[in-house]
Amino acid sequence: MPSQIVAVASKVGLHARPASILVKAAAAAGLAVTIGRPGDKAVNAASLLSVLALGVKNGDSIEVTVADGDNADAVLASIVEIIATDHDE
Amino acid sequence: MTYKGIGVSPGVVVGPVRRIIAQEVSGPVPADISQVLSALTSVAIDLETSAENIELEVAKEVLGAQAMMARDPSVIEVLELALSEGVVFDVRPIIEDAFGGFKEQLLALGGYFAERVSDIDEIQTRLINKLAGIESAGLNLTEPTIVVAEDLTPADTAALNLKFALALVCSHGGATSHTAIVARGLGIPAIVGCAGVMDLSDGTSILVDGRAGEVIVGASDSDIGARTEKESQLRARAEAVSGPGRLSDGAAVQLLGNAGTVEDARAAIKVGAEGIGLFRTELLFLDSQVEPSVDEQVKLYSEVFEVMAGKKVVIRTLDAGSDKPVPYINSIHEENPALGVRGWRLTRTSDGVLNRQLEALAKASAGKDIQLWVMAPMINTPDEAKDFADRVKALGMKVPGVMIETPAAALHADHVLAEVEFGSFGTNDLTQYVMASDRMDSRLSDMTTAWHPSVLRAISLAAQSAAKIGKPVGVCGEAAANSYLAAVLVGLGVSSLSMAPSALPEVRGFLSTVTLDECKAAAAEALNSRSASDAESSARKILESN
Repeated sequence: MPSQIVAVASKVGLHARPASILVKAAAAAGLAVTIGRPGDKAVNAASLLSVLALGVKNGDSIEVTVADGDNADAVLASIVEIIATDHDE
Repeated sequence: MTYKGIGVSPGVVVGPVRRIIAQEVSGPVPADISQVLSALTSVAIDLETSAENIELEVAKEVLGAQAMMARDPSVIEVLELALSEGVVFDVRPIIEDAFGGFKEQLLALGGYFAERVSDIDEIQTRLINKLAGIESAGLNLTEPTIVVAEDLTPADTAALNLKFALALVCSHGGATSHTAIVARGLGIPAIVGCAGVMDLSDGTSILVDGRAGEVIVGASDSDIGARTEKESQLRARAEAVSGPGRLSDGAAVQLLGNAGTVEDARAAIKVGAEGIGLFRTELLFLDSQVEPSVDEQVKLYSEVFEVMAGKKVVIRTLDAGSDKPVPYINSIHEENPALGVRGWRLTRTSDGVLNRQLEALAKASAGKDIQLWVMAPMINTPDEAKDFADRVKALGMKVPGVMIETPAAALHADHVLAEVEFGSFGTNDLTQYVMASDRMDSRLSDMTTAWHPSVLRAISLAAQSAAKIGKPVGVCGEAAANSYLAAVLVGLGVSSLSMAPSALPEVRGFLSTVTLDECKAAAAEALNSRSASDAESSARKILESN
């Protein structure tokens, strides 16, 4: 399963708009996407409540993992890009 | 008949009442998983439709997020597991459990995350109502109407056809409630915390004065005319005056903005504020699970200083505790937190936190083009003031000051202010402590206005002490945002007023119409009044006489 660690760029962290954008993308990915702090329990990235409950802040490192399947690497790249983008501006 | 509340969005309108009456489900709600899931989908669809129909961006986002919570796959998973054995007698505890874990986690995170809990609560209520066959509280407005409710949630307001909403009036809720935000966004009058309005019957014609915070039943034509006229006058004046604060006789009153974020600072610049009169540093701490590092703090303060280059910025050190507890600092349960270890008193338990904050402020301001004033909250005694001033000066910062927000500090201001360079009245807390009335308790809202002569006397006494030793005093509470009260405070000897940037243009416009002598006369009348309402009306009379 491809995975990558990325720092959260949005100032509010994974909350409000940045969280919504991530969750929508994960739900539309067609493959299971999970996120979590490296070494910690990962949660379903398509679940807004799970993502919020991680309490991720600006600058935190987050590990994104995508289930094996067609386009898994492309899905990973697109999710990583969302997290590495500042959506507050 | 007049109902008093807190005016949260100005404007004057007259129209018929329509009440939104919340319905509660009583008795068990039996359901199986397919019913629960289809009700959940239907809740999500309602919210999505509302999000599409509402034009207000903030409400759209809240509703969109709520819809996503109603479609949350993790919640659905828990529900499927719990309801795998067919119909249950009462599905409510299962629904509460499915969301409960998330609620607990978000509450523990605090800050912005904890605020989402009310969204979850609303989804649960809607889901249970749906299963019980109760349609949610939407009102189909077909003619211009004044909406009256206990409280309005984002979804309630979205379900309304807001183009027919003349005004929003709630019997509950505070100045920062969702109703206030929506009403200001729509530019319609709104009043919250207006006890008794739910007793009005539908169709009653009422006048809503969102500035005065008054609902009047049976207002006369002349009253309606006078209030409407005054409202448009105030608006015109706010637009006409710009630049630094000046009274009509040319006397300067420094007008500053309150801020807690860099965005607030930008908003203050936009309305022409002469600086920041109160920068609250709690947000950064509330938003974090551990104490923010010196570097993180330096980053925030530097951004603020950049935005405010060349201007005055009054930074208040961490005011954690009481109504703003920071879990990792205020960890001990207090029976009476408003009177407990809060503000500067945290040096007793978490001395390092305050030292590190001062260190960050010194670092961020070094070499910057900024007039930095640093101020400590909850100072009671000259010793505390001296301790603070010593620490600030030891780090090379030149202007230490204190909040005057306790009766002790006000009564002893000559000695307290002798230790520092300035004082700033925190009128919200000063009122709460002088009146011994919890400002969060809406049952005591008549007690928690700074118009009470006893509060004004405390301010007057301290301002006189300050004048004798040549120390400037300002106001940074909500009182500064009320034009009449602002004029009275100037009359009491206050030289700067700091308020929410949105309130500044109106206060500036109003002050440009009164002289210092009129402010002093209004202050003298208010000081000698028998009650808060007498103080307000006698001061207004003088200030409006020109």
